Amino acid sequence: MDIAQFLQLGVGRWVHILAGIMWIGLLYYFNFVQVGALKAAAADNTAAGITRHVAPRALFYFRVASVVTWLAGATILGTHFIQAFLFQSPVYYPIGVGAWLGTIMLANVHAFIWPNQKKVLGIVPADDAAKAKARRTAFIFSRINTMLSIPMIFFMVASGGVFRVAIF
Amino acid sequence: MKNPLDSLWGTVISGLVLTLILFWVVKTALVG
Repeated sequence: MDIAQFLQLGVGRWVHILAGIMWIGLLYYFNFVQVGALKAAAADNTAAGITRHVAPRALFYFRVASVVTWLAGATILGTHFIQAFLFQSPVYYPIGVGAWLGTIMLANVHAFIWPNQKKVLGIVPADDAAKAKARRTAFIFSRINTMLSIPMIFFMVASGGVFRVAIF
Repeated sequence: MKNPLDSLWGTVISGLVLTLILFWVVKTALVG
């Protein structure tokens, strides 16, 4: 394994998995923990602690991790990027599906979840009706990403050895 | 009809169903 291959396939996969754990881990935190916690906290007026101190930090790392995960994935695909995304050969079908699902999820984060969360958290001004609409949109796209993460991870781990080169 | 994504279980089951569908699509494409 030469140094370029080590950086692309060794370090690239390492960073892809580290950032991916942070991205999907925080996505699962939002969906499995925070949604229910906010509902319970609203009942005893303690939701501000979550929306003011926890959610903005979690959303920051969530957004950064989504970009790093995608860039590291693109690094691993390297010169096969187009072939994988365009399904140009059967060997790329599984990773192509995984890559498309990850890309749709990245787009959902930056086009729907974050712009709407900014309204919900008061980072950009919005009246109560706009906040309620933004809350619902962010929630649905967060749930869509949770749903998509299930096949995405399946195809990531099921894609065989196309881009797998042993470091040792 | 209720949106399955409103519940966590509905979301997880939808993800599993989508996995099966995409698995079948890819498997069929690879065989063909």
